[in-house]
Amino acid sequence: MSEIREKVDVCIVGAGHAGCEAALACARMGLETVIFTVSVDSIAFMPCNPNIGGSSKGHLVREIDALGGEMGKNIDKTFIQSKMLNISKGPAVHSLRAQADKMNYSRTMRQVLENTDHLTIKQAEVCELLATTDYSGKKVITGVKLFTGAIYEAKAVVLCTGTYLKARCLCGEAITHTGPNGLQPANYLTDSLKSLGIDIRRFKTGTPARMDKRSIDFSKMEEQFGDKVVVPFSFSTNPEDVQIDQISCWLTYTNEETHEIIRNNLDRSPIYAGVIEGTGPRYCPSIEDKVVKFSDKNRHQVFLEPEGLYTNEMYVGGMSSSLPEDVQLAMYRTVPGLENCKIVRNAYAIEYDCINPNQLYPTLGFKEIEGLYSGGQLNGSSGYEEAAAQGLIAGINAGLFAQSKEQIIIDRSEGYIGVLIDDLVLKENLEPYRMMTSRAEYRLLLRQDNADLRLRKKGFQAGLVSKEQYEYIISKEELIQKEVFRLQNKLIGANKNTQDFLEKCNSASLKTGTNLSELMCRPELNYELLAEIDPERECLPFDVIEQVNINIKYDGYIARQLKQVEQFKKIENKKIPEDIDYKKIGSLRIEARQKLILHKPVSVGHASRISGVTPADISVLLIYLEQNYAKDREK
Amino acid sequence: MNTETIAAIATAMTNSGIGIIRISGEDAVSVVDKIYRSKNKIKKLSNCKSHTIHYGFIYDGDELIDEVMVAIMKAPNSFTTEDSVEIDCHGGVLVMNRILETVIKNGARIAEPGEFTKRAFLNGRIDLSKAEAVLDIIHAKNEYALKSSINQLNGTLSNKISSIREKIIFEIAFIESALDDPEHISIDGYSEKLKVTILDCSEKIDKLITSSDNGKILKEGINTVILGKPNAGKSSLLNLLVGEEKAIVTNIAGTTRDILEESIKLHGIGLNIIDTAGIRKTEDVVEKIGVQKAVKYASDADLLIYVVDSSVLLDESDKDIISMLKEKKTIILLNKTDLDSVVTEDSILEELIKGSVNSSGITKIIKTSTKENIGIDIFEDTIKEMFFHGELSFNDEIFITNMRHKEALIDTLNSLKMVLKSIDDDMPEDFYSIDLMSAYASLGYIIGEEVGEDLVNEIFSKFCMGK
Repeated sequence: MSEIREKVDVCIVGAGHAGCEAALACARMGLETVIFTVSVDSIAFMPCNPNIGGSSKGHLVREIDALGGEMGKNIDKTFIQSKMLNISKGPAVHSLRAQADKMNYSRTMRQVLENTDHLTIKQAEVCELLATTDYSGKKVITGVKLFTGAIYEAKAVVLCTGTYLKARCLCGEAITHTGPNGLQPANYLTDSLKSLGIDIRRFKTGTPARMDKRSIDFSKMEEQFGDKVVVPFSFSTNPEDVQIDQISCWLTYTNEETHEIIRNNLDRSPIYAGVIEGTGPRYCPSIEDKVVKFSDKNRHQVFLEPEGLYTNEMYVGGMSSSLPEDVQLAMYRTVPGLENCKIVRNAYAIEYDCINPNQLYPTLGFKEIEGLYSGGQLNGSSGYEEAAAQGLIAGINAGLFAQSKEQIIIDRSEGYIGVLIDDLVLKENLEPYRMMTSRAEYRLLLRQDNADLRLRKKGFQAGLVSKEQYEYIISKEELIQKEVFRLQNKLIGANKNTQDFLEKCNSASLKTGTNLSELMCRPELNYELLAEIDPERECLPFDVIEQVNINIKYDGYIARQLKQVEQFKKIENKKIPEDIDYKKIGSLRIEARQKLILHKPVSVGHASRISGVTPADISVLLIYLEQNYAKDREK
Repeated sequence: MNTETIAAIATAMTNSGIGIIRISGEDAVSVVDKIYRSKNKIKKLSNCKSHTIHYGFIYDGDELIDEVMVAIMKAPNSFTTEDSVEIDCHGGVLVMNRILETVIKNGARIAEPGEFTKRAFLNGRIDLSKAEAVLDIIHAKNEYALKSSINQLNGTLSNKISSIREKIIFEIAFIESALDDPEHISIDGYSEKLKVTILDCSEKIDKLITSSDNGKILKEGINTVILGKPNAGKSSLLNLLVGEEKAIVTNIAGTTRDILEESIKLHGIGLNIIDTAGIRKTEDVVEKIGVQKAVKYASDADLLIYVVDSSVLLDESDKDIISMLKEKKTIILLNKTDLDSVVTEDSILEELIKGSVNSSGITKIIKTSTKENIGIDIFEDTIKEMFFHGELSFNDEIFITNMRHKEALIDTLNSLKMVLKSIDDDMPEDFYSIDLMSAYASLGYIIGEEVGEDLVNEIFSKFCMGK
């Protein structure tokens, strides 16, 4: 029997949110790319919540877009409600979240994939990774083998298997060996990964029930509207195109009766009965978890969110569960508005295999296997946005690898994507990782409004951002700098004109002259208001004004963070040569040595963030590097 | 690669004739300029040439601290290759500490162990053969600093700091959970509540800073441990030195079951005196623990005082004590000379030889009566002599650690002030957590705890979030 044998540049395993970004990145870089999925009908499928973005996740989408990814554009085309969260807080924590029409989101993304040059979609289960060993003893990926026996040779492979590896779904005592939403799991690949020496762990997550809209009494709930003026996710979307008629969501609450039912049936919950072995996320607790851990709260919020325009299904946000069907129905029916609810799909928990991401470089390439990359839930993260962000970086680097070009790393001071990947590859992650704004130490600089200024250049470098987009950023930077400089130097006299203006704005009068930027720092004033006493100003684009406003208003805080970043960059830019032999550094403590050998940090900065490596160890390392590699640099 | 200006006392921390404070880094000259006054009060060090030395005075504000000579060495012609200043002052421990504190107050930070040498190396000033030595210094000194900062921090202080830290992390977690999940957790009207908490924390830290000026955070001084059999007169000795009845003194053997600790000054020399339970074979559980502690303290001590009851013959318990002396600096007191003495200097020496204890550490054997206050003056003079002859020195790391702790407390206070300012300036809540986090990290530094995943853990354990 003869088998298919094909030769391509890059293989992408999985077509979820990570896989789609990885595949598009590679194909757009001009590489012959194949994307494998167990079901072509489930490309960019959203098996859990029907929304994209949210606090800090919205930042990720913006960054993906700035780098030349697809998620932002796709949600702009398919959203049915949009909200800028935290609008009353500082600009650093403003975050977009949009409700998606799930079917439309998936279909639209599929169309993009189908119409991208160099990209082939293939419905098949990848069962085995093919690798060889090079002259130095290092494993090198050569391709993948499908269930049918077909072989695809490739220079690089990106794994984006999501929650499909040996997946198992649990709804009380009813357990099925399926992927999300009853889809076919991938049961073979884990063994192949293990035989390549990859460390596998098991995580779990869950999703709530979906209900028939006609069975819900919305009059007992609070209506949740979208924003009057919608801001698009993508920097390339015309804001006029997203001012659509929006669909509402609905808010209701659980009560003591609900909690009573849950407490009485805990022994039938697979988690509490010990049937589930995987580690679940704390930030996305099932309703059982909430009731047990926060027993002092007598109610929890429940959001009813539409799954799309052409379906009656509603997502019951806040009540994910793995309790048996009968308990689920009973507990949902205690919630005001859900008394007569009909469940279309039961809530369930899902268990799956994933890897220990400490095995990856911050490029998302495996340290021990050249040419193999991985992104998304396989790396122990959770969330569509986290997955897409990693898929994009893994895809870009797999592409660059196939082109024999230098890899791209985004560091913690450049983006939430950098924080996400740095945390994954360096920290010990014992549960699915979710992005949170508190994880970004330089968040004042990593705003959703300046993602383009931060990352367009990197996207251009990778070949995903056009020259035109790149040049726009360069000119935008100039305009911002020029205007900030002008405002800082534009003197304002304490004359009658000024004092009248200030009085009108309920702002304290001036004792002596000042400059415009000083006035802008007052909470009650801003760039737009000051137009009256600043007749010389030029007409600037909205996005430039936004940056000018933020840069001047929060100047003190921003300057402090910039200074911290400067310190951070110093050791972050001190690279550690790949051939370093930690065993030769006599003064290094044994624990530090073991950790460094295990983690293979790429820079002194990385080394400093490995737990168990002390500042003294870093000093020792710095001195050793200076001692042994200073000469190399001189050459 | 590092531009921060660092400072340290370069000479030994004993009362020698002269002491040197060394400052290195970009701002070295300008920092010293702020505290230095020449005789005619006109001279500015920043206008002076490299490799010149200047007579003058060091002031903390308006307060004169010492008469000094200041040497200026400009980059790259100094040990570290950075701008460097050396202040030659009078060698009193107190004076050196005050000058260093003033330097720190004016913009330098305390050098890490081995940091001058490290900089010298990284800047290519010292050759490779010295590198290994530098590595070892950094290694050893850090180990010690870590040990001293955690071990010697007293329990109450550590508890106070932990409790302030807990309050701070709770507030950050609340803000952050509201930012992460704005539809579940509302933060409206929160800033007034936060202000109360911050003021409360600031007040507590302010008190800690004041108390650190008086008593220092860690106890500086020579760690002195009193050893002896039960009822040999150890507690009486401590009471004599402290001048108050602190230990329970009775003639029943075994009344000091735990460890008593006192800080005293003898002729200006700080001693941390630990009075231990009497060493004897015992079945009493509580007393046994006391004995075990005594053994541990003795092994960490700078100076041992072995109190012998000279009215009874040496026995097994004395042998146990003698075996603990090893090569430690030790003063032996033949106590209870008011009673008939059966133990003499010779019989002690004999026991030492029998127990094969190297007697090089034994400085003096003194006859005393703690009851009649006889021989105590000789004892005090002996300690003084030992100190001035450099046989005893207290560990400078403790002083340095103290200084760092104080710096960290001041940093904390400043961060909390920034939070208050942000509240008063009507800044959005997410700005609060930036400075709250700095405060949390500074406090953690004192008790040797890193930030790590604390915040994320606090958010998940205290606030119900998520879908």
